[in-house]
Amino acid sequence: MQTVQPRSLPLRLPRVRPGGVLPILAILAVLLVLVGFRQPDFLAPPSLMSFLGRSAPIILLAAGQYFVIVSGEFDLSVGSLVTAQVVVAARLIDSDPARTWPVVLLLLAFGALVGLVNGLVTTRLRVPSFITTLGMFLILVGAVYLWSDGAPKGGLSEEFRRFGRRAFEDVPLLGRVPYALLVLVVLAVGAVLLMRSDFGRTLVAVGDNPRAAELSGVRVWRTRTVAFILSGLAAAVAAILLGGYSGVSFQAGAGLEFGAITAVVLGGVALGGGRGAVVGAMLGALTLELLFALMNFYGVSGALKSTVQGGIILLAVAVSATRSSSR
Amino acid sequence: MSALSLLPARRPVPGVFVALTLTLTIGWLVVLLDGGQLFNQSTTVSLLHVAAGLGLVAVGQTLVILGGSLDLSVAYVISLSTLVAAETMNGSDGAILPAIGLVLVVSAGVGLLNGLLVTRFRVNAFIATLGVGLLLKGYLDNGYDGPAGATAPGLVQSLGYQRVGPVPVSFLLLIAVTAAAWFALSRTRFGHHLVAVGGDPEVARLSGVRNDRVLVTAHILCSMCAGLAGIYLASRLGSGAPRVGTEGLYDLESIAAVVIGGTALAGGRGGVIGTVGGVLLLASIDAIFNQLEVDAFFKQVIRGVIIIAAVAVYARRAMRKAA
Repeated sequence: MQTVQPRSLPLRLPRVRPGGVLPILAILAVLLVLVGFRQPDFLAPPSLMSFLGRSAPIILLAAGQYFVIVSGEFDLSVGSLVTAQVVVAARLIDSDPARTWPVVLLLLAFGALVGLVNGLVTTRLRVPSFITTLGMFLILVGAVYLWSDGAPKGGLSEEFRRFGRRAFEDVPLLGRVPYALLVLVVLAVGAVLLMRSDFGRTLVAVGDNPRAAELSGVRVWRTRTVAFILSGLAAAVAAILLGGYSGVSFQAGAGLEFGAITAVVLGGVALGGGRGAVVGAMLGALTLELLFALMNFYGVSGALKSTVQGGIILLAVAVSATRSSSR
Repeated sequence: MSALSLLPARRPVPGVFVALTLTLTIGWLVVLLDGGQLFNQSTTVSLLHVAAGLGLVAVGQTLVILGGSLDLSVAYVISLSTLVAAETMNGSDGAILPAIGLVLVVSAGVGLLNGLLVTRFRVNAFIATLGVGLLLKGYLDNGYDGPAGATAPGLVQSLGYQRVGPVPVSFLLLIAVTAAAWFALSRTRFGHHLVAVGGDPEVARLSGVRNDRVLVTAHILCSMCAGLAGIYLASRLGSGAPRVGTEGLYDLESIAAVVIGGTALAGGRGGVIGTVGGVLLLASIDAIFNQLEVDAFFKQVIRGVIIIAAVAVYARRAMRKAA
């Protein structure tokens, strides 16, 4: 249908396309304004920086989950992977600072290995990723309890914990910059560059139409497996930051997989793959964290967090679904 | 994809029953060598009790999965249902029927919400039911710290603990629900339509099936099955338990049972008989491990491996058939 384009209007809004980051930026802006009204102190650089540092693990997990989701799969094992990593780190380090770096490397290798297994089982054995990563969830939780006889042992060294809790103090303008925030920025830039590379385009193409990608010479299984490995690595980094920030417990990673999926969906990434930006996913996670902070300021019970999370996820997806179906 | 897949899959996939027989035989031998007895009264009874709870959920889950959907909210519906049942009864036998009725109404309401989100608002089933599950989780976390209410003693005696020989009444309930679901799937228009929608929604729509209505019905039935499981668990526990559904991993285990039972996760192929086989398989593995006094955590590791391996076997077979 040919309609007259409103060319004369000089202030035409940029077109909101599905999968774009504009909606999530708008929501984020609204939340920031609400926070500004209720708790102006929160927007002062030092507390804002701390908030960003605290949110780094879930933002990284959202980025990891994005790679898997945009390629058309799911990773439900990341929460249990984070828990396993934290418990393993505590037991291996056993409060000995000299072991910090070897253990950090080991955690990264462990995360990559879990991702590799998830990826190979999903792509080569053709098990739906839902079942693969759910099985991995059961295996990791069971294994980590088994290995530690039901209670976390050992302890993290101060060296290890600094990634999650320390900051550069007295930075001009910003006040303090948490290490976690620096880690986040570096990895976020890496993720964006990766999505702009050939690999990133291939990844999206695989999620959009695996058959077409296959026919144009892409090794779909290899691309998807790499996505799972990236998700495992993101979980490893998130575990290092989370363990440093909040310490060792069997609950360290509980529910994080659903948090990450919520964030990804909120950021405009289509489940089933092929659409959406990694920046959107990360902004989705930030928005979610900001919303929880806001609820806190308004004195909403923490137990209602999941109700709100559920409400948002439904709203976000329903809105984007009705919009894309009316195209 | 054959266009006329309006007939339900007639092969209820005997694979899972072969696996079940093998598991029970090997398990029996191993337990015997260990100096125990797998098929004594108490083990059999507890095996069937485990199967009854999981089975009720899994039969409902089969319906939505056959239709190409999925329900991740069942665990929270179960927890909610135990509370609704126990708080309504509050220990009085007179309130049993109203309580059961209320549970079914509440769970049907949740199912309706799931179904409408999936069909009208076109929300991906994974996200829709996860979102509804989170809504319920918030309600439960906010309102309950521990057990609440009291199940009527009459219900505890009958549904919770009474048996006919070694077969618990609850398992008979599972058989009845399975039979009803089997009948609905293979002998009614609803069942044929559901399988058609799961097989190829577009073809089903073009052949005059009202996809939305069929899927919403499947979601309602699925939630009501979870409600029944909640009533059963309340009668076992004697009160409402706000976390019983999630701690039992009923969401994930029910999906695993359905898939092990030979129903395709993408929909359109499978049936409830296979699902009951899957449930019995999971329950048998549990019983064998209990007899061998295997560490609970090790049990979970093995369970994860078995679920992945079982599905891999099916996936390979499906690939060979397609080739």
